[in-house]
Amino acid sequence: MTPTESHRDDVGAKIGMWLFIFTELLLFGGLFIVYAVYRYKNPVAFHFAAEELNRGMGILNTILLLISSATVAMSLTAVQLNERGKSLILISITLMLGVLFLVNKYIEWGDKWGHGIYPGSEKLLELGHGEVLFFGLYFAMTGLHALHIVIGLLILTIALFRVKRNRITSSDYVLLENGGLYWHMVDIVWIFLFPLFYLIV
Amino acid sequence: MSSENHSCQSNYLTFKGKYAGVWGWLFSTDHKRIGILYLYSILSFFIAGAFLGLLMKLELIAPGSTIMRAQTYNGFFTLHGITMIFLIVIPGIPAVFGNFFLPLLIGARDVAFPRLNLLSWWIYILGALVALSSQFLGSDPPDTGWTFYAPYSFRTGTNMLPAVLGAFILGFSSILTGLNFIVTIHRLRAPGMTWLRMPLFPWSLYGTAWIQLLATPIIGITLLMVVAERTLKIGFFDPTLGGDPVLYQHLFWIYSHPAVYIMILPAMGIISELLPAFARKPIFGYKAIVVSTLLIAFIGYFVWGHHMFTAGMSGTAQFAFSFLTFLVAIPSAVKVFNWLATLYKGSIHIQTPFLWAASFLFVFMIGGMSGLVLGALATNVHLHDTAFVVAHFHFIVFGGVGYAFMAGIHYWFPKMFGRMYDSGWANTGWGLFFSGFLTLYFPMFILGMKGMPRRYFDYLPEFHGLNVISSLGAMLMLFGLAIVLINLMRAARRGAAAPDNPWGALTLEWTVPSPPPVANFIDIPTIVTHPYDYSILQPKDLSK
Repeated sequence: MTPTESHRDDVGAKIGMWLFIFTELLLFGGLFIVYAVYRYKNPVAFHFAAEELNRGMGILNTILLLISSATVAMSLTAVQLNERGKSLILISITLMLGVLFLVNKYIEWGDKWGHGIYPGSEKLLELGHGEVLFFGLYFAMTGLHALHIVIGLLILTIALFRVKRNRITSSDYVLLENGGLYWHMVDIVWIFLFPLFYLIV
Repeated sequence: MSSENHSCQSNYLTFKGKYAGVWGWLFSTDHKRIGILYLYSILSFFIAGAFLGLLMKLELIAPGSTIMRAQTYNGFFTLHGITMIFLIVIPGIPAVFGNFFLPLLIGARDVAFPRLNLLSWWIYILGALVALSSQFLGSDPPDTGWTFYAPYSFRTGTNMLPAVLGAFILGFSSILTGLNFIVTIHRLRAPGMTWLRMPLFPWSLYGTAWIQLLATPIIGITLLMVVAERTLKIGFFDPTLGGDPVLYQHLFWIYSHPAVYIMILPAMGIISELLPAFARKPIFGYKAIVVSTLLIAFIGYFVWGHHMFTAGMSGTAQFAFSFLTFLVAIPSAVKVFNWLATLYKGSIHIQTPFLWAASFLFVFMIGGMSGLVLGALATNVHLHDTAFVVAHFHFIVFGGVGYAFMAGIHYWFPKMFGRMYDSGWANTGWGLFFSGFLTLYFPMFILGMKGMPRRYFDYLPEFHGLNVISSLGAMLMLFGLAIVLINLMRAARRGAAAPDNPWGALTLEWTVPSPPPVANFIDIPTIVTHPYDYSILQPKDLSK
């Protein structure tokens, strides 16, 4: 065996992805701890601040992400069944739903910005400490989550081109599978963010 | 293996790959070359960090301002801490010896993700540059200490952002290395190498890798919160905005306490490799060492509160954290007893690596015992933030990681560079270093008990005598260090050719030529025995 000869280990690659997902969950875990502490300390302020958020938008985004998780899973099955065209369509739908999520998020953030509510804004500082912390956490956590959506979209875009060029096939699909796993992780983080910010009021 | 087979494969040092010259190193995915890249980068940072330490000790040679102002001293201990912790002891042993020897020890051709491995080194360099840029860009150098405690870390006018971001980036490198090692150990062990036939250094890397993976994200997000606090005024840890600075301390130590096990576990792994080789005897209590490695990794997660006994926590929490701290001492002690039992009635060969390993045991014991003094609630209140703490963690971190690193480099140097070093100079350097080390740090225990606070450029006149001894010790230690390093650098270029197995050790890395060929093994070996089965050696091998 020459040193340049590469070895392929799909199981290893998948273990690697799962380990990376652990680290991502712990990264968000740090913020969830902070959220828990400050919610416990400022229950009333968190209650009123949460009512300011647009619940309809939150529900819509949740639905978008749930569907996109389904479509990315289906695209993998399509690749495994050698149905390349179907897989391409499903990945594209996933990408589109992810972009729609970001658009909604942009509208939501922009709306808050328009009302003068953003980190360090004068209006926010006039409100109580609880509100400052709630919106601080809201922007930080949804912002970090949005960043992960962008990373997920990049991975899936690469997967899309690889499927198109026949580099991801029914016998070699670990990149798409890992991309899908990452996307599910992004999804499940949102599943926790959504009730914490929009539903518990 | 015949020597003919050796010659038909070029070794990793001279191998000509896709890129020539220095690029062949900077873009090599060969785990051995990456290990050497880490070795050179870490040693360079270490020399700089040690020099900063020496300057601090020179400042403390007399009360009052001797060679620097107070603010300079604050900048120095911060940079010394950031360099030593984030750039050296956390990546240290796994990045250098883990990269170089993990695949060799488990009979693999490389790590599971070689390109990710190279990326980790690049991220490491990027993080180091960003962290060090804090010294040259913008306002004054950071002055918070390496712990970046809130709220000072976002109130101080000094250049904190690059330091905090640099530490964040370095975390990525650490996580990716850990991830790589876990997958490597799960997937690439040679046929026949069951979990309980795996040498102990890979076992310690395995425990370490899990901590790297599961603790580092917490510091990552915490440092990001500090960045957000500084730039956006979010209020996470700012009392004027409703935040809680003590929460920062919790989050910081949730990582940074497990991080000391990231530092010490691989060091323990090296010692566990070395002692059987130099006692020519199977390691005593292999399984107990494995279990204690995993227990340390596990319990290490639940003791962070002992850094905060005086920061305001309930009596119940104090009691729980103190109890858990004592609990984590048990598996550490199990290891020490196993090492001692390994030496008992062994055929001990007193050579340079063994000297470092034996002195490791000595300083590690002192470091560990003084840790219990700090873990006990009553004494902690008295000793908190004194020179005693500084002495303790230098004994355990520098004494632990530093000595194990030196033991490792003197043990594996012939394999890494294919050359022998001069053992006379190596032993002289060790002797000076060891005496200097004790002279430097031991007086600080006494100073701390007498009440000298840490992190001050000045002290009361009654502390003068012991501080002079300590500062002289620092000079002696660095003199010894210089001898050790110069001896090794000289040997890397001009040393005599090393045999494949100069120590008569049994683990797999000694079955391949020195330096190893690019693909490590011509044929992947099949493992049929325990790694330290020195009973199979003939008497003539023992006398080697």
